[in-house]
Amino acid sequence: MRLLEIDDLQTHFFTSGGVVKAVDGVSYGVDRGEVLAVVGESGSGKSVTGLSVMGLIDAPGRVVGGSIRFQGREIANLRSAEMRRLRGARIAMIFQDPMMTLNPVLRIDTQMVETILAHQDMGRAEAWAKARDTLGRVGIPSPDERMRAWPHQFSGGMRQRVAIAIALLNKPDLIIADEPTTALDVTIQAQILHLMQGLVEQDGTGLVWITHDLSVVAGFADRVAVMYAGEIVEAARTDDLIDAPRHPYSRGLIGSVPSRNRRGARLAQIPGGAPPALDRPEGCRFAPRCSFRTHGCEKLQVLRDGVRCWRAGDLPPFAAALTGTAS
Amino acid sequence: MSATDTQPPAPPPGAAPLAPRAAAPERPAARVIRDFAKSPLAMIGLAMLVIITAAAFLAPWITPQNPYDLRSLSIMDSRLAPGEVGFSGVSFWLGSDGQGRDMFSAILYGLRISLIVGVVACTSALFLGLSLGLVAAYFGGRIDTVIMRLVDLHLSFPPILVALILLAVMGRGLENIIFALIVVQWATFARMARATALSERQREYVEAAQSLGLSGTRILFGHLLPNCLPPLMVLYTVEIASAIALEATLSFLGVGLPATQPSLGLLIANGFQFVLSGQYWISLFPGIALLLLIVAINLVGDRLRDVLNPRNIT
Amino acid sequence: MVYVIRRLLQALFLALVMSFLVFAGIFAVGNPVDILIDPDATQAERARLIAQLGLDRPFHQQYFIFLGNVLQGDFGNSFVYNRPALGLILERMPATLELAFAAIMIAVVLGIPLGLYAGLRHGSVGSQAIMAGSILGFSVPNFWQAIILIMVFSVALGWFPVSGRGEVGEFLGIRSSLFTLNGLHHIALPAINLAVGHLALVIRLARSGTREVQAQDFIRFARAKGLSESRIVLVHILRNILIPIVTLVGMSFGGLIAFAVVTETIFAWPGMGKLIIDSIRLLDRPVVVAYLIVIVVIFIILNLLVDLLYSLIDPRIRLDGARQ
Repeated sequence: MRLLEIDDLQTHFFTSGGVVKAVDGVSYGVDRGEVLAVVGESGSGKSVTGLSVMGLIDAPGRVVGGSIRFQGREIANLRSAEMRRLRGARIAMIFQDPMMTLNPVLRIDTQMVETILAHQDMGRAEAWAKARDTLGRVGIPSPDERMRAWPHQFSGGMRQRVAIAIALLNKPDLIIADEPTTALDVTIQAQILHLMQGLVEQDGTGLVWITHDLSVVAGFADRVAVMYAGEIVEAARTDDLIDAPRHPYSRGLIGSVPSRNRRGARLAQIPGGAPPALDRPEGCRFAPRCSFRTHGCEKLQVLRDGVRCWRAGDLPPFAAALTGTAS
Repeated sequence: MSATDTQPPAPPPGAAPLAPRAAAPERPAARVIRDFAKSPLAMIGLAMLVIITAAAFLAPWITPQNPYDLRSLSIMDSRLAPGEVGFSGVSFWLGSDGQGRDMFSAILYGLRISLIVGVVACTSALFLGLSLGLVAAYFGGRIDTVIMRLVDLHLSFPPILVALILLAVMGRGLENIIFALIVVQWATFARMARATALSERQREYVEAAQSLGLSGTRILFGHLLPNCLPPLMVLYTVEIASAIALEATLSFLGVGLPATQPSLGLLIANGFQFVLSGQYWISLFPGIALLLLIVAINLVGDRLRDVLNPRNIT
Repeated sequence: MVYVIRRLLQALFLALVMSFLVFAGIFAVGNPVDILIDPDATQAERARLIAQLGLDRPFHQQYFIFLGNVLQGDFGNSFVYNRPALGLILERMPATLELAFAAIMIAVVLGIPLGLYAGLRHGSVGSQAIMAGSILGFSVPNFWQAIILIMVFSVALGWFPVSGRGEVGEFLGIRSSLFTLNGLHHIALPAINLAVGHLALVIRLARSGTREVQAQDFIRFARAKGLSESRIVLVHILRNILIPIVTLVGMSFGGLIAFAVVTETIFAWPGMGKLIIDSIRLLDRPVVVAYLIVIVVIFIILNLLVDLLYSLIDPRIRLDGARQ
């Protein structure tokens, strides 16, 4: 039994302009102690997938199909009270912008203690002590003092540590981290990454790391799922994906990362932009931007053997293709 | 709502990004009128306003009696309930007051006075405030400081208090209440005129005009003034409503208009003494007329705010 | 501390400016001797009265004498009651303050929940009804609304008394009609009348604040923490929307005291507002001046209080006045 198993998830937004299929048949799974990176550009549906798991899709959005199983239990259409019991306790989430995730008018201790008391039957003093210990655990110096501070007295990196501490408070089985380092400076990014890596290893927590930046998770994730226009286009072990990406989009992503090994070579780029969510091409959604497009790409593509491209087997080897994409 | 209605067609490829209006040759005034008409509520407000204004100014010709011509009043007709037929055979559709005055006629005459006071006071306040605001924004420095300090000081006191004191000093009277309303309202206009003029002054075109050697007055009146007008028009509309309400309040309190010029406030005050004996109509109907007038003006003002909002001008 | 001192100095300066304006304004009014004195009085009697009132001295002297007296709490005697003007005002202040306080309570206690609801259930029928009601609350002139309240609740239904303050009770050393049933019965209509305009404002502020805060990331994070909906609304959203509401309430308390003039006149509420209207009609100069100075002082104190309250509910604002 996997910790989290998403199967053919459909999350749609019913807007006045039409139905936006933000998540359109996504499946992935995570085990205990495993790190899964979900990579994609903005609008690919990676964050909406995470929010769907949390049951945090607001109107006009709705999970319309598929299943989300957590520890074997179906949670896609759980009653809101039961979902609330799960949220923050068994599944925790960390958001992108640490400047915005803490309530500016509540003290740190208030925001931490309430998280414990929402899920555990515990005295306020005990909860406070536990919160302080967790604050120390995420590397915040003199946690006793800092507990009584206000969010604006922390830097961005420190606030993200607080958010991580809040996520850890109830010892969750799964953490969904939605671009938690994107808004931070590069050196702070590395610290947070290192911290998270250590924490999930210690606790055996499953981690879904949502990011648009493949290089951030390259050395850290066990597996990677690449999302494009509401679908997963490739899912593989991290090493395999980085060494030999099979979907043209994954190739493009990896080709566009500046790398030590290819110093001096021109960076590859993917021409154009993602299709608008209301007007996606039929068949392969990446086809309009794909340099390998031929007849047959207008057919509906299925995820077969971890890749959503019917020509995946025919494409030239990745290394050879690299030099060719520079045109 | 209107923002999505007025989306311009996508600019043709290659169109200069700095000239988005190029694709829409329509005059701004025409656009404002067209957008305004899109809201049914605002059109109802406008229709109400037109009808009320017309009725108020045509009062001498359309009312059954001249309520201030004592010869046409009969004490026998006093305090008739709405719809009752009077001694002289005339029906009093809205009843009559303590002196046998037809309420319908009195209301129309009262509306006329209320409208005149509101519009005259507000228009004068607009010109005064606009001039001072523009002067403050254009010259800046000490002049600006003095004017704005005065504005701030002024706005920190409730308008009713300022008006009360002024009328206490000057006594009742049409000119006095108009003066008091001007004093109460100029600061609001001045502040908005200065704010819009200042933000406009920092735009490139003013700098361009200055570098072309245009004179100060030319820039002031040719450039700053036209750009301040839309927000001031909105303010002007709503302020007329509040001027009318304030005048009615002051007259009701007995410090506004004298009994020879009975505005709606005075009518309501006269009726107040009969409320306790159940003769509700003498206060109720003038109040409804006042309310309709204020609501109509506010509906129009609200819509103007939406339509004239620069963020909606694409 | 520096901030508080600076604010106090500013307040003092403002009070000085206002005292001058008030004095100059009142000075420009007609001669009070004309009303005070018997038209048949002799020239000598007239001159004696003028000298007695100090009206024969030049303007600046009169002002400094006035200022000196004011600093000693002496505003002169009321021409009408022949008693110290300040005493008259202070005597009636509690009635006005309790009326304004009751109105603020009504506006806040009803306005915040209604505004929260309208914001959370944006677009629902209930929300639209609340907003339509608040627009009406803005538009109805205060004095006419008071008459309607009397017509409906006193005359037609007979539920509430038409006028007066009712019994006054004492609680913790404060005497107020809020402490007796009879007093509450009397204050209900005037307080509602005074509250309606502000109720509409509080509803609007609470609604727009709720909509704004609701869309913030920290609310989503609070949901992700598994907090109950009531905790999110009552702690996370409410604490944030309180800031503009506290400002409004503080700022408008002065306005309420001013507008109490209308309410007090109609409901015959024995407060400062009714006194000032009567004094204006009778040209009772010392009372008018004393009232104005008292109002200025109340305004200044209120402004200071609002600033202090701010720093309590918004940690980002510290007393140095800077927003971090």
